[in-house]
Amino acid sequence: MIVQKSPYPYWFVMPAAVVFSVLFLAPTLASLWFSLTRWDLFSAQFIGLENYRQFLREPFLIQGLINTVIYAFATSATKSVFGLLLAVLLTSGIWAQGFLRAVIFFPVLVSTIGVGITFSVLMHPTNGVINVALSAIGIPGPGWLTDPALALYSIILVDFWKGLGLATLIYIAGLASISPDYYEAARIDGATRTQMFFRVTVPLVRPATVTVVTLSLIGGLRSFDLIWAMTRGGPGFSSDVLASVIYKQYQAGFYGLSTAGNVILFLLIGLIILPMTAWFNRKEVDL
Amino acid sequence: MRMTMRTTLASVLVALMASAAHADVTLSVLLDTNSETTALFEALSKSYQQKRPDVSFDVESRPGGSEGDNLVKTRLATGEMADIFQYNSGSLFQALKPERTLADLSGLGNAGNVTDIFRKVVTAPDGTLRGIPFGPAMGGGIFYNRKIYADLGLQVPKTWAEFMANNAKIKAAGKVAIAQTYGDTWTSQLFVLADFYNVSTALPDFATKYTANQVKYATTPVALRGFEHIEEVAKAGLFNPDFGAARFGDGMRMVATGQAAHFPMLTFGIGNVSQNNPEALPDLGFFAQPGDDATKNGLTIWMPSALYAPAKSENAAEAKKFLDWAASREACEQMAAAVPSGPYLIKDCSLPKSIPQAVSDMLPYFETAGRTAPALEFLSPIKGPALEQITVEVGSGIRSARDAAALYDQDVQKQAKQLGLPNW
Repeated sequence: MIVQKSPYPYWFVMPAAVVFSVLFLAPTLASLWFSLTRWDLFSAQFIGLENYRQFLREPFLIQGLINTVIYAFATSATKSVFGLLLAVLLTSGIWAQGFLRAVIFFPVLVSTIGVGITFSVLMHPTNGVINVALSAIGIPGPGWLTDPALALYSIILVDFWKGLGLATLIYIAGLASISPDYYEAARIDGATRTQMFFRVTVPLVRPATVTVVTLSLIGGLRSFDLIWAMTRGGPGFSSDVLASVIYKQYQAGFYGLSTAGNVILFLLIGLIILPMTAWFNRKEVDL
Repeated sequence: MRMTMRTTLASVLVALMASAAHADVTLSVLLDTNSETTALFEALSKSYQQKRPDVSFDVESRPGGSEGDNLVKTRLATGEMADIFQYNSGSLFQALKPERTLADLSGLGNAGNVTDIFRKVVTAPDGTLRGIPFGPAMGGGIFYNRKIYADLGLQVPKTWAEFMANNAKIKAAGKVAIAQTYGDTWTSQLFVLADFYNVSTALPDFATKYTANQVKYATTPVALRGFEHIEEVAKAGLFNPDFGAARFGDGMRMVATGQAAHFPMLTFGIGNVSQNNPEALPDLGFFAQPGDDATKNGLTIWMPSALYAPAKSENAAEAKKFLDWAASREACEQMAAAVPSGPYLIKDCSLPKSIPQAVSDMLPYFETAGRTAPALEFLSPIKGPALEQITVEVGSGIRSARDAAALYDQDVQKQAKQLGLPNW
């Protein structure tokens, strides 16, 4: 057996290894330890798995988990479907294409907190622009962020608006890499535009789809800033997600408990994303 | 013993004066962003600088609420606390582990000026004083609009039933009876927290038993009343239409200017009105949250926050001198003149002659023994962090009062366990 020797000496990797272990490895291990303690920043007392038991018993946790999954899948699905459609439109050579691309991408550049605060003003139940405009044409606007049945979906809508630009951009790059030969061949064979979209574009743009779905799922699962800026998980607990439940434990000074919550979030993301990427990658090989 | 203390103190003073003559001192100060806090500290620092022109203050502000709690704890734990900082008294103070993290102030010359009622809420478990009162005591109750009351010929209610009858008349007159501001979730807790006078008059040992895990909100009818009150007023449709999104400032403006008749709140809201709608101050009245018995009508009170010094800081000696002065009657009256929104807790410290109407409405409760009771958070270290979300749920019709109380009982378990209380 031949042991393949790296062409570089070990000290080459030292700087990266030091940075990685100090900034990533050590905190990760420390958080595993602190998740097993009752920690008040001044002292930590080992209590075994009590924090995990407590966190999983949180009455708002189940609602938060369901909301997290709804949020992640809804934003991911809408972004990938509308992102692809917009990308097709914006690569079709329509008028002012460059300008429109910039307009679509613009919300991505704005700070999430800024977007959240702006939309919570726009969605104010009585003074917000949206409901004032609706009432001007005789429609009584709902309490976008104050109706417990609606709050989560209003935030999803804003997240979709804000993240659509990035999905579109990735799809535009994906579309650009499809060779025009395929379309030419399809046209010679007499394919319609719809057929070309479903039989040529969708399968060949798959790498972009994988990127968009994975990124937006991870983003959705750990989303926090927009929700916090818009509703703080309210009214009550109706728009709480896993990350906001964790943050509230931290705010209340339950540092060990919130660390345990973070470990659970880490495991949950792993459990959803790992099989999914494995599945995507296998399909790619089969193609 | 006394002699030695005096001599050491004297030598410290001499040493300090010598150093003060050489260099000016800048004390770093950490305050929350409340407008009353800023006004109080300005009054305090300005008059101190007249005595000690060599001292200047570098004031830094921090968020309030639980974000502020974290910041204070983190800075204390990492040894990066300002020379002087302002923070809550009572159970939040205890959570700072005062005997380890804060400077002992019991040796200050003016320490004896701190009134007994306040001393209790800034004393570390080892029996030493760690904080100086900063600001007026507050009442938790209901602000009302005096104009609306006069126009409709209403009387200040002494029982909850009278209060609801007033609400019905106000609603019939086409006005908003109760302002609610769930855009700031903490404002939703008042009907529960301000009901504690009524709980403690009915069950004097509720707080002790509560801390010992022997009584619960859900199974104690008189404690459950607070949650039921929210449910009742919500079901009666008495709120402003934007109650889910309105903020604390909106609530104060509404009740002061007559857009709403009532707003349950702590009296520190007076400061907000005197800053934003001073012309409306005479119309702003205040009464205690009524219970079921008119003969037992009284006010739930909140202690003000305190000024503290960390156990270790660069300017520890100068910081203590400032705190000593802050505990003097003279300094207290400077604060009382700047923010006359309630009684001060330094002995013989008097309020200025002209005070807002709502403050005069509140003072009688303090003048009769037994008509005030401290809020639960000053008697028990347990306060569940999710109460404000739970009360929002009740007020928004998401959860019933009984369920809410049971959920809150579950929520406080975490706090009790984190504090390591026995019996939980």
